[in-house]
Amino acid sequence: MNQNKAPIYEALEQLKQNKTVPFDVPGHKRGKGNPELTAFLGEKCLSVDVNSMKQLDNLCHPVSVIKEAEELAAEAFGAAHAFFMVGGTTSAVQAMILSTVKKDEKIILPRNVHQSVINCLVISGAIPVYVNPQTSNRLGIALGMSMSEVARSIAQNPDAKAILVNNPTYYGICSNLKGIVELAHKHGMKVLVDEAHGTHFYFGENMPITAMKAGADMASVSMHKSGGSLTQSSVLLCGKDMNADYVRKIINLTQTTSGSYLLLSSLDISRRNLALNGVEIFKKVEEFATYAREEINGFGGYYAFSKELINGDSIYDFDSTKLSINTYEIGLAGIEVYDILRDEYDIQIEFGDLTNILAYISVGDIMKNLERLISSLGEIKRLYKKDKSRLLNSQYINPIVEMSPQKAFFADKISKPLDKCVGEISCEFVICYPPGIPVLAPGEKITKDIVEYIKYSIDKGCVITGPEAMDISRLNVLKGEKR
Amino acid sequence: MDLWYSEFHTKNVKLSIKVSSELLSEQSRYQHIAVFDSPEFGRFLTLDGVMMLTEKDEFIYHEMITHVPMSVNPDIKTVLVIGAGDGGVLRELNKYKTIEKIDLVEIDERVIEVCKQYLPQTACGFSNPAANVIIGDGIKFLRNKENEYDLIIVDSTDPSGPGEVLFSKEFYGNCYNALTEHGIMVNQHESPFYANDADAMIRAHKKISKTFEVSKVYQAHIPTYPSGHWLFGFASKGLHPTRDIKEEYWNSLDLETKYYTTRLHKGSFCLPKYVEEMLKENE
Repeated sequence: MNQNKAPIYEALEQLKQNKTVPFDVPGHKRGKGNPELTAFLGEKCLSVDVNSMKQLDNLCHPVSVIKEAEELAAEAFGAAHAFFMVGGTTSAVQAMILSTVKKDEKIILPRNVHQSVINCLVISGAIPVYVNPQTSNRLGIALGMSMSEVARSIAQNPDAKAILVNNPTYYGICSNLKGIVELAHKHGMKVLVDEAHGTHFYFGENMPITAMKAGADMASVSMHKSGGSLTQSSVLLCGKDMNADYVRKIINLTQTTSGSYLLLSSLDISRRNLALNGVEIFKKVEEFATYAREEINGFGGYYAFSKELINGDSIYDFDSTKLSINTYEIGLAGIEVYDILRDEYDIQIEFGDLTNILAYISVGDIMKNLERLISSLGEIKRLYKKDKSRLLNSQYINPIVEMSPQKAFFADKISKPLDKCVGEISCEFVICYPPGIPVLAPGEKITKDIVEYIKYSIDKGCVITGPEAMDISRLNVLKGEKR
Repeated sequence: MDLWYSEFHTKNVKLSIKVSSELLSEQSRYQHIAVFDSPEFGRFLTLDGVMMLTEKDEFIYHEMITHVPMSVNPDIKTVLVIGAGDGGVLRELNKYKTIEKIDLVEIDERVIEVCKQYLPQTACGFSNPAANVIIGDGIKFLRNKENEYDLIIVDSTDPSGPGEVLFSKEFYGNCYNALTEHGIMVNQHESPFYANDADAMIRAHKKISKTFEVSKVYQAHIPTYPSGHWLFGFASKGLHPTRDIKEEYWNSLDLETKYYTTRLHKGSFCLPKYVEEMLKENE
């Protein structure tokens, strides 16, 4: 196929030429009915915010330009089939799980998955089997999945239907994808990859292996992160052993019937750009990140980590376009550095957790801004450095799953003050955000460690979401006898 | 032929200078550089369409950004100049035989080359063998410098161009860290008059006064800059710009100046009331 083509974009351009009179939705009629919005977003933008019609195809049942654009994307990503998604990568993740695991069936997954994964377990009724993730004490983060842990989980749960792998993690850590796929397939399990942070693996040079290349069955790719498309647009990829028509039926269960052409065209144009210029683009991003790492590590104290962490197992590979920086040695929590950068230096980074920050580097960056970020970190060390003993070494808390997330989520429940919840079963999520990894999911036992961790996170300024009580003073727990 | 150089000072105000010829117009890696000849102001240099200096009035800017700190601390031995690719600051610094080392960091090599070719009046400053010219980003150069300079002169463009970094809090912090105990930082501080310039001026003052123990502002009258009323910042770890001035000593040096005098120095820190208020609200 010709990757220079962009069928959805071309069809929209053609539509503008045709000057068709609109007596269909959207009611703003190419922006004329909403002058304020048109002034704000621009006439060009509103003129292509249109409904599906014959020449523009239909996302729910693609037969022409969307089909062709998806085929081009499939080729570019090396997949058997690609779906354009307009409900964020969340919708892609949910489609992966709903396509492969039914109610009361098991899915093997690491704990450091995105909120969307466990939310989907509430929808589907699947039972999670968490693989004990390897953690780095030095960095205070969960790593990739180790092969021996995956093998043990498979041996203990031979009836599991699928394994979900988070690859790469938010921090850039990759698992042995190929090894996991081989092992899972040998046991008849599907492999689903949350590749939200890995779009560029498909287009850059010397990148960690992609899900499709490794033989995974499905992958969710956030084109809007490193791929440059609009927020909320995403791509779902399928391997050769998936029934794409069944997957489409699953997607259509929850997908809007008014898919936005702004999002669809952004996927189409971004795919073309990546296919044609990806090598060059990501070379530049990697150079930026490498330069920043060298300078930041030169300060001492900070640790901007990269491929030197690779250990052949739980850190099988590392995405060196990521600028992840450990702040433990300067005695500041990542979230504190994140706040200082924003409040004192007018710099907004992607996130800060208890001991790390992540600055998102992309092709849109310019050198002088990178220099500002680096110098600001130097200043923060000089002016704010504290004793590191004040920091809690963030540790992995092993979830104790007592029942399926769906069952607990919809069960009869009572509200209790946080301190009184120890020993109870949670009916809701507690998620420290970002990076959005659950501390508690519905159906899990609440321990003393968990309560302490929640309090510490609140104290450090993390945003905690999930519970009905927005200030996290109380939790909903399972009604009935204390277990 | 009726050829004019025009520059918008605000959306509604522009300054026009009759041009006798355009000597150079090129896009460097960082900015657009142009040099013109004019009957009224002589030769002049613009960067990204903004007036940098004219032969006729550059002495005001260069004398005021250099002699004010030099008369407060005549013991200055090591100087860092950021920007100043035209050489004007160097020319003034060269008048002090007691300075032992000058580092000049200019991001755009082409500015220096162009000035050497077309503006010898300021570029003559580069003739000093004590001056060490570094092509690079000022903020990067300063990043790991500590206790090294007695004086830092920040001769930047407006905060909208490549000079943006030189108006950041992290840059001022880097300067503080690079200065010695009696160190002084002087910077181009924009203008209080038109709203956009005033906004940049206020933001710079806020950041500098949070970083340095002493942070004062002084003024000069520069006909070709927007409103003609221009400000400089004087920041230090303790030295006060008017109380600590070594007036007698400086006058005994008998340096040749056209604008600067120690009497003017003291007066230049007396600001119009509205400017004083603007500054006070943002300290």
